[in-house]
Amino acid sequence: MNNRSMTKSTAPMELQEHIVEIVSDSGEGAQKAGQTFGALSARMGNGVWTVEIIPAEIKPPTRSPAGASGIRIRLGSHSISNMGDEADLVVAFNEQVLFSRIANGAYKEGTIVFLEDKWLSDSAPEIVNQYQQAVTEFRANGLIVHELPIEEACLKVTPNPRLGKNMFVLGMLCRIYSRDLQLAKTEISEIFKRKGEKVIGINHRLLDAGYDFARENLDFYYQIPPRSEQGQEAERFIVTNGNTALGLGVMASGMEMVAMYPITPATSASHYLADVFHQVGGFVHQAEDEIAAVGFAIGASYAGKTACTITSGPGLALKTEMLALAVMAEIPLVVCLVQRGGPSTGLPTKVEQGDLLASLFGEPGDAPKVVLAAATIEECLHYVILARRIAETFRTPVILLTDANLATGVQPYPRPEPSADWLAAPIDQSEWDETIPPYNWDEQTGLSPRPIPGMAKGQYVLTGLAHTDASKVAYDSSSNERGCRMRSRKLAALAATLKPPKINGDDQGDLLIVGWGSTLGAIEEAVDKVRAEGHKVSSLHLRFLAPMEPGLKSIFSRFKKVMTIEINYSDTPGDPYINDDTRRYAQLAWLLRAHTLVDVDCKSVVHGHPLQPGMIQRVLLQHLEQLEGEV
Amino acid sequence: MFGLQADWSHEVFERYFTIGDYAGGEARWCPGCGDHGILTTVQKVLRDAQIPPEQTVAVSGIGCSSRMPHYLGTYGFHGLHGRALPLACGIKSRRPDLDVWVATGDGDCFSIGTAHWIHAIRYNMDMTVMVFDNEVYGLTKAQTSPTSPLGFHTNTHPEGAILAPHNPMAVTLGITNASFVAQVVDWNPPLLLDTLKAAHAHKGTSFVRIIQRCPVYAKPLAEQLQNDPSRLLLLHHEHGIPVNQSAARLFPNHLEHDPSNLSAARDLVSDPSLLPIGLLYYNPDAPRYEDLSSQGADMTPETKLDALNAALDRFTI
Repeated sequence: MNNRSMTKSTAPMELQEHIVEIVSDSGEGAQKAGQTFGALSARMGNGVWTVEIIPAEIKPPTRSPAGASGIRIRLGSHSISNMGDEADLVVAFNEQVLFSRIANGAYKEGTIVFLEDKWLSDSAPEIVNQYQQAVTEFRANGLIVHELPIEEACLKVTPNPRLGKNMFVLGMLCRIYSRDLQLAKTEISEIFKRKGEKVIGINHRLLDAGYDFARENLDFYYQIPPRSEQGQEAERFIVTNGNTALGLGVMASGMEMVAMYPITPATSASHYLADVFHQVGGFVHQAEDEIAAVGFAIGASYAGKTACTITSGPGLALKTEMLALAVMAEIPLVVCLVQRGGPSTGLPTKVEQGDLLASLFGEPGDAPKVVLAAATIEECLHYVILARRIAETFRTPVILLTDANLATGVQPYPRPEPSADWLAAPIDQSEWDETIPPYNWDEQTGLSPRPIPGMAKGQYVLTGLAHTDASKVAYDSSSNERGCRMRSRKLAALAATLKPPKINGDDQGDLLIVGWGSTLGAIEEAVDKVRAEGHKVSSLHLRFLAPMEPGLKSIFSRFKKVMTIEINYSDTPGDPYINDDTRRYAQLAWLLRAHTLVDVDCKSVVHGHPLQPGMIQRVLLQHLEQLEGEV
Repeated sequence: MFGLQADWSHEVFERYFTIGDYAGGEARWCPGCGDHGILTTVQKVLRDAQIPPEQTVAVSGIGCSSRMPHYLGTYGFHGLHGRALPLACGIKSRRPDLDVWVATGDGDCFSIGTAHWIHAIRYNMDMTVMVFDNEVYGLTKAQTSPTSPLGFHTNTHPEGAILAPHNPMAVTLGITNASFVAQVVDWNPPLLLDTLKAAHAHKGTSFVRIIQRCPVYAKPLAEQLQNDPSRLLLLHHEHGIPVNQSAARLFPNHLEHDPSNLSAARDLVSDPSLLPIGLLYYNPDAPRYEDLSSQGADMTPETKLDALNAALDRFTI
């Protein structure tokens, strides 16, 4: 195809949604361009979800499939809750990085690829050869490849196109998707404000050049109208990724202290806080290790201040003993756990929901604590506020689970309107009534008020040893039994305040899908599509994992089959040695089976990327076919 | 919980505290254990400084030493093995008004809690850290500790300890931002009192290694030093620990040592044949971490709310 012969199109093609990817070697700025494109699209009223494509290594070789770095942006005329299936349009800075995306099933027949063509004139014959072979292969696979002289065009604006190509590509996308160029320039000015006017000017010129290039060289462009859902105009929206939402939640919840140790993929939440936390009087403590981080937070909380720690799976493992102490001594604490692939160092940058059972049962001995899971980026913000409230009311640690998908995904959501109540200190220092013991357990609920240092007449010694209500070390059986009972009772008391989960779809039918965490959007999209085809499938999504939301057994009884869909490991029936006796289930399925005595099935994967609605649809149809065959 | 006013203030009463105000449960250490004397000394320091018991927090790890909070009438936090320091630092981080003491032992501090010891010295938060060093694990009944002498017989090394002991003072004096490093023995009450008083008065982490008698599992170790104090070297200086003449008579060897001289202090502790007693190093000007970590603690909810709204506006579309 000769690109130069394309004629300028006059009318845009209207689309309901599109999935765009920018893929490059790492360090070429694809993510920045994509994030800006996503934010710009959100500002223009589209539903947006972005997900980063992260190479496995810090400095992978250039032009290699392993080095694929970039971003996917799914945008639509309706709200978007997940990364979707195959991309519609891709911009690639070299041909090799596309191979790993193809291997991941990211593209389909008809996906449009804008490919940098400078490799065709490379001085190294093997590169020219690789390029030509790849283009032939892509076309044979049905990709519509447009070879474009992107770098050559950038050279007209800047002598260093490697650093500016991303903004040129952003300009191209602005033309292709009819974005407001002025709004894009405002975004760019904000991004580069610390680098000065000169840098902003070059990037603006690159943006313009990319825009003009696309207008002159492509014979099509699109229009994706803004969302038309109810109440859009009235509400203000913010757009952030999940880790920034977590950071905003930490501030909005009135936390004074985040004690952390760097760990992927949690750390960017602390990066954000390190920038702004002082503005609300908070402090980020980078501790010497994960144990010290949680110990520091526990110390601050014991002293009557609000503190949390942010970590990922390997950090949770190290914090285990401290968490048990917080359970035993009833110290309010919020632990934000941004899950990644495990076990051990596992897949540090990739998504997995593998820490559910460790969160519930990780500590030796009985250590009941509250476990919550955010299902959306918006919930990453609000659930920190909820977690603090529960931690203080129930005098307990609360683990808030998110994951790498939420952490790096970007989505617009309603701007919270914070209240001064959220920021109030947990406790004042009025004199303690010395007739009240430090664990004055209410026999019904297990709840008790707590004295903090500084309160006169409240002096007691907190201990991780078994203790009486007076916090006196006690080795007798009745004291130990009472302490265990009171700590456990708090979960039941919290459960009594919860409502049964909302069902997406009919409240009875053939198949019920149960999910938790970041898979909400993909599961509901798939369930809705399959229901629209006339199948009796519904879904529900749990936010509380400990205590479990009420009414599950009764809901489950109204479906022929119940199964979970999760991103963690489970055995596949039919594999060698795998049968009813040996099968290990996905983590939520284990819990639900124990909790409800219902024969809950599961489908789970550990492929390291977010669940896609198309894959879920196939699973649903396969199970529905079996169920519908049974009368 | 929520809605209670944040700008609480103390009601100040005219109160005088006696030793009894600092007494907690009956101490359950063995007869003859050095810990009894340390406990009494801490109570005297608190009484002399007239710190309200509710303003004091004694933090500990696990071990014989770490039972101390239970025997004080203050607030206490009997934490996890090796983890007293992160807990204490967390307490101090947003409550610089509290008087924080840490009771730890040779196993707790120099073995399982090594990382926290190194870093807590660097944070230099205002607290008094006492390492009760009896050179053996007592609570778990006679295992080798990191300071047990080579050849010392324990249940884990019945043929005798196979590694030379750690030199915790050399390590401590090697840590950036160390500000008060002292060594003392438990069996000289006036010197112990003066040492802990000076430690308590110092604004920063006062690190005091107390060579402590375990009459059950390490009886010969302290007895050797008591019978033949020639290994002990008493340090004198106008800026050091004041030396009471009667206490000084128990030490045959004396040395004038300027506690502002870090390299002289390092030289002193590098000779394993000597146990210098007194203030090895003192720097009243070392920065304290709580001066950073407590910033903003007095911010009103209204100011915070404005800042929070500004942070949200940054992302508003």
